[in-house]
Amino acid sequence: MQERVKKPQFDVVGTRPIRPDGVDKVTGRAKYGADLKMAGQLVGKVLRSPHAHARIKSIDTSKAAAMPGVKAIVTAGDFPKQASEFVPAGEGVVNYRDISNNVIARDKVLYEGHAVAAVAALNEKTAIAALDAIKVEYEVLPHVIDEIEAIKPGAPILHDDMITIGMTPPPTKASNIAKRVEFNLGDTAKGFAEADLIVEREFKTKAVHQGYIEPHACLASSSEDGSAELWVTTQGHWVVRAYCAKLLNWDIGKIRVTSSEIGGGFGGKTVVYLEPLALLLSKKSRRPVKMVMSREEVFKASGPTSGGTVKVKMGVKKDGRITAAEGEITLQAGAFQGSPVQPACMCAFANYDLENVKVTGYDVVSNRPKVAAYRAPGGPISTYGVESVVDEIAEKLGMCPIELRLKNAAKEGTRAAYGPKFGPVGLVECLEAAKDSDHWKAPLGPNQGRGVAAGFWFNIGGETTVSLQLNEDGTLTLMAGTPDIGGLRASLCMMAAEELKVDVSKIRPIIADTSSLGYNFLTGGSRSTFSSGMATVEAARSIVKQACGRAAKLWDIPEEAVTFEDGMIRPAGENAGKHKPMHLSDIAKVAGKTGGAIVGYAAISAQGAAPSFGVHIADTEVDPGTGKVTVTRYTAIQDAGKAIHPAYVEGQYQGGAVQGIGWALNEEYIYGADGKLQNAGFLDYRIPVASDLPMIDTVIIEVPNPRHPYGVRGIGETPIVPPMAAIGASVRRSSGVRFFELPMSPPKVLKAMKAAGKA
Amino acid sequence: MRYEKPTTVEAATALLAGQGARVLAGGTDLLVQMKARVLNPDVVVDIKGIEATREITKDASGYTIGAAVTGAELKEHPTLSKDWPGLVEAANLIGSTQVQGRASLGGNLCNGSPAADSVPGLIAAGAVATIVGPKGTRTLPVEDIMLAPRKLALTAGEFIVSFKIPARPKHGGDAYLRFIPRTEMDIAVVGCGVALALDDSGTCTAARVSLGAVAARPLLVEDAGKALVGTKVDDAALAKLEAAARAACKPIDDKRGTVEFRVDVAGTLTVRTAKIALERARKV
Ligand SMILES: Cc1cc2nc3c(=O)[nH]c(=O)nc-3n(C[C@H](O)[C@H](O)[C@H](O)COP(=O)(O)OP(=O)(O)OC[C@H]3O[C@@H](n4cnc5c(N)ncnc54)[C@H](O)[C@@H]3O)c2cc1C
Repeated sequence: MQERVKKPQFDVVGTRPIRPDGVDKVTGRAKYGADLKMAGQLVGKVLRSPHAHARIKSIDTSKAAAMPGVKAIVTAGDFPKQASEFVPAGEGVVNYRDISNNVIARDKVLYEGHAVAAVAALNEKTAIAALDAIKVEYEVLPHVIDEIEAIKPGAPILHDDMITIGMTPPPTKASNIAKRVEFNLGDTAKGFAEADLIVEREFKTKAVHQGYIEPHACLASSSEDGSAELWVTTQGHWVVRAYCAKLLNWDIGKIRVTSSEIGGGFGGKTVVYLEPLALLLSKKSRRPVKMVMSREEVFKASGPTSGGTVKVKMGVKKDGRITAAEGEITLQAGAFQGSPVQPACMCAFANYDLENVKVTGYDVVSNRPKVAAYRAPGGPISTYGVESVVDEIAEKLGMCPIELRLKNAAKEGTRAAYGPKFGPVGLVECLEAAKDSDHWKAPLGPNQGRGVAAGFWFNIGGETTVSLQLNEDGTLTLMAGTPDIGGLRASLCMMAAEELKVDVSKIRPIIADTSSLGYNFLTGGSRSTFSSGMATVEAARSIVKQACGRAAKLWDIPEEAVTFEDGMIRPAGENAGKHKPMHLSDIAKVAGKTGGAIVGYAAISAQGAAPSFGVHIADTEVDPGTGKVTVTRYTAIQDAGKAIHPAYVEGQYQGGAVQGIGWALNEEYIYGADGKLQNAGFLDYRIPVASDLPMIDTVIIEVPNPRHPYGVRGIGETPIVPPMAAIGASVRRSSGVRFFELPMSPPKVLKAMKAAGKA
Repeated sequence: MRYEKPTTVEAATALLAGQGARVLAGGTDLLVQMKARVLNPDVVVDIKGIEATREITKDASGYTIGAAVTGAELKEHPTLSKDWPGLVEAANLIGSTQVQGRASLGGNLCNGSPAADSVPGLIAAGAVATIVGPKGTRTLPVEDIMLAPRKLALTAGEFIVSFKIPARPKHGGDAYLRFIPRTEMDIAVVGCGVALALDDSGTCTAARVSLGAVAARPLLVEDAGKALVGTKVDDAALAKLEAAARAACKPIDDKRGTVEFRVDVAGTLTVRTAKIALERARKV
C-alpha cells in the first residue's frame, strides 16, 4: 500500500498545457476512422433487416455476386459457429455466440437493422446496387419492443434456449428474462417498520444513444499469409483484436489493430460491428476494404443504452435518517442478453450509508439493437429513480434536499449494498460545496425551479501497458494503448513530465497499435488516466533508475550512490560533489555508449481504482404555454481525486451533464407499431444543440485516491449519473408537477401541467 | 442524371415539361432527398441562371422576390426587413447559417412540407406566386399552391419564378413564430405567421393568420383574422383569435407531437405571434 497522498505542490500536474493532439484536430489533419485510404481499397456495405423479428428462410447472393465490380460477399455461413459461453470482459461478461450473431444474423433477425449480409465492391454505387440484388426470404415473426411487454406471458420469445439465470428454482421454460440479480444488506422489513414516512414510486426511462459524432468506421487489409491489419475507431483495439480473432478463428498475433483518432465513444465503441465483416471481405476479395456506417445505421444497429422500469421504495425517520431502501430494476438488453442491470443495481443506493437495502434486477431481451455501454452503464437509470424519491422525501419532510443527503451520505467506512466498504470518498465534500455555492443561493425568477441530485460510479483499473523511451536528444516518446477520448495523452505526458522534471512539450505521445505494445484493456470504466497514468509513472521511474545506473557507470560509483533530484542526476553520500551533476538529456546523449537505449516499460494490472461521487444543481424554466423546459443554470460538482489537467476534467463534467440534460428532456428511441425505429437521425433524435444550453459551471473537489501515485480517481462516467434526477427535481419546482417518466418532453410536460391546473 | 442551367424561363419550362425533370434552387431539400434515394430525377434544372428568380425589386405596389432568392439575401436587403420583418425572420429560421445561404422561398414552398417555416410568413403577408409554364404565366395566392404533403397545384412544366408581396400598410406589422423542442436545427411542430394593419386610432383593419404543421398543408385561418378585425386587439379579441386558431387545426399524432399538443400550442403561439405583429404595427 502506498501512503495517502499529502497535498504536495506539483510543477506540471494540475496545470493546463495545450494538448498534444490539439493542433491536428483543429486543422483537420487528425485521422479518424474514415480518414485512412489504401491503394485499391473497396467499399464495404451491409444489408440490414427491414423486420423487427423474422426467421431467415434463405439468402440468395448469386445475382449480386455476378455483378461487375462486386468483389466479395459474406453472410453468417462464412463465419464459424460459436458456442454459447460467457467470458469476463472488464466490467461485465460477453458471450461470443451472441457477439457473432449480432455482427451477422444467423437463422433469425432480431431487430430492424440487424446485419444479414455484407458486400465489398469497387465503389459505393456498385455496393449499394449489390445489396439491392441480394434476395433474402423472411418469415416475419411477432415482435416485442417494450421490456415490460416482453416479460408478460405470451410475449414473442426471441431465444428458444433462454432460461433465466439467478432464479430458484430455475424456470423450466424459455422466456425473455436472461438474468435476475439481487443485492441485500440488513433487513428491509425491519427498516420500513421503523420508518415515519415511506415513499414508493415507479419510473420509466427510454433507450438513448451515445450520440458520438463519428460513426463506426474501419479499414481492413487481410493478407494471403493469414495476417491482417485493421485501422478502426474504437475505445479498445486489443479488445477488437480479440473479438475479431475469436469470431474468425484467426490467430490473435497475426492481427494488427491500430486505433484511429476517435470522435466520441462514450462506451459505444467497445464492441465490434463492422470489423469482422471488413476483415473477412478483405480476405475474400484480396483487397483492402473500408466500411463506414451511415448515421441511420449507427442509430439502428449500434448500441444505445437500455430503457427501463425502476421501482423504488424508501423509508425515513422524521429527522431524515433513511431506515430502509428497496429497488427493482428491469432493463432492456436489446436483442441479446447483457443489459447493465447489475451495475444499475449496485449503483442504485451507493450514495447512501444504509443499514437495510434490497435491490433486484432483471435483464430483458426484446427486438431492439443490442445495448452497448454508455457512460456509467445502468447507473443513470437507477439513480434517476432513487434520487427522485430522495427529493420527494425532502419535500415531504420539509427538509433541504442537500441536508437530507448530508445526513445519509456515504463516507469512508460505509458498506455499500453490493459488498465493499468505501475508502476515502468525496460525497460529503461535494454536498458541502453545493450548499456553499453561489448557484444554490441565487434567486429564481417566475416559472423557474432548482433541483439537486447526487451520483456515483465505481471506476475500474485493469490491464495496462505503457512504454516510454528516452530519445538521443533528451526528448521522450510515450506509447500508451488506451485510446485517448478525453485528453488522455496530455494527462499522461504531464505525469511523466512531473516524474522526470522535463518540459511537458518534450514528450510526444502516441496511442500504439496492438503489435507495438503489450495488452491494454479498453478505455472504459473511467480507467485510462488512472491506469495508464499509473503505468506511465512506473515507466518514468524506471527511466530514472536506468539513468542513475548509467551515471553510476560513468562515474564508476555504486548505483545506490546516485540520486535524482529536481531533474538532475547527482552523486550522493560520500561522493556528493565529486562529479558534475547530469541532466536526463546528458545521459540520453551517451545512452548508446553506456548500455543501449533507455526505455521505461510498465505492464501492469492497475489495482486500487476508487469511486467518484458528484452532485449536480440544475435550474430550469418552464413555459406554461408550451411545456418547454429550458435549463437556465447548471453546476456540476465532482470529486476527481486529483485533476491532472483540470480543463479536461471540467470537459468531462460538462459533457456528462449535457448528455444527461438531453436524456432528461428530449432524447428517446421512438418505435412504431411495426417495431421500426422512427427517429434514426439527429433531426428527430434530439441531442441538445449549443444554443439549448447555459454554460455548465464546474467545481472540482479533490479527495485523493490513496492507491494512485497522484491521487487520481476516474471521472468520465459519474457526470452523467445525477443530471436526470437533478432536472426532474428542478422541473418539479418550475412546473409544479413531479414527473416519473423520461424524457420530460414538451407534450408530456404541457399535458401534466394542464391536468394539474398549472398551465 | 443530367444537370441543366437554363437562362430563360422558356428554356426552363421546355426542359421541365420532359419526363423526370426536377427544379433545383438551393438544393437543401432536393440534394438531401437524392442522396437518401427518395428522389431520383433524370434531369435537374437549375433555375438560378434565370435572372428573375434571383432578384428583389421594389415599387409602389410592393416587392417582387425571386423564387430562388436565399434567406440570407432577404436579410441583407435594405428595406425588406423593415417592411416585412416576420417573413424575413421566418426564412432565416430555416436550418443554420450555412443552410440559409442556399435555402430559397420557392424551394421551401415547393418541397411540399406542411411544416415549411417561410410559408405561413408568405401566406400571412398575402404573397402571390408568379408561375410560368408551357401555357404561359399565371398567378396564384401562396395558400393555394400546396395541396397536401408533396402535392402542389403546379402542372407539368410549371415552376414559380417569383413572389409578389404587397406594400406594407401604413400601420402594418407581421411576425412569425414556430415551436420546436430545441432552439434550432429542428422542424416546426407548429408554425404561425400573422400580419395585421391598424388605422390611425389603433383599430385593426385587416389581419391574416396562417398556421403550419397543424394540417396536411399550411393553412390560411380566415376566422382567426376576422377575430381581430374591428377590434383594438385587446384580450377579448386575442381570446377569440386563440380559439379560432385551435379550431382550424387538423393535425396528426406523430413522433414530433400529439394532436392535443399541437392544437394547444397553435393557440398559444398564435396569440404570441399576433402580439408581436401588433407591437410592430403600432410602431410604424
Ligand atoms: C440542415 C437542414 C436544416 C433545415 N431546416 C429547416 C427548417 O428549420 N425549416 C424549414 O422549413 N426547412 C428546413 N430545411 C429544409 C430546406 O432547407 C428548406 O425547405 C429550403 O427552403 C428549401 O429551399 P431550396 O432552395 O434549398 O430548395 P431545393 O432543395 O432546391 O428544392 C426543394 C424542392 O422544391 C422544388 N423547387 C424549388 N424551387 C422551385 C420553384 N421555384 N418552382 C417549383 N419547384 C421548385 C424542387 O424541385 C424540390 O423538389 C432544412 C434543411 C436542411 C438540410
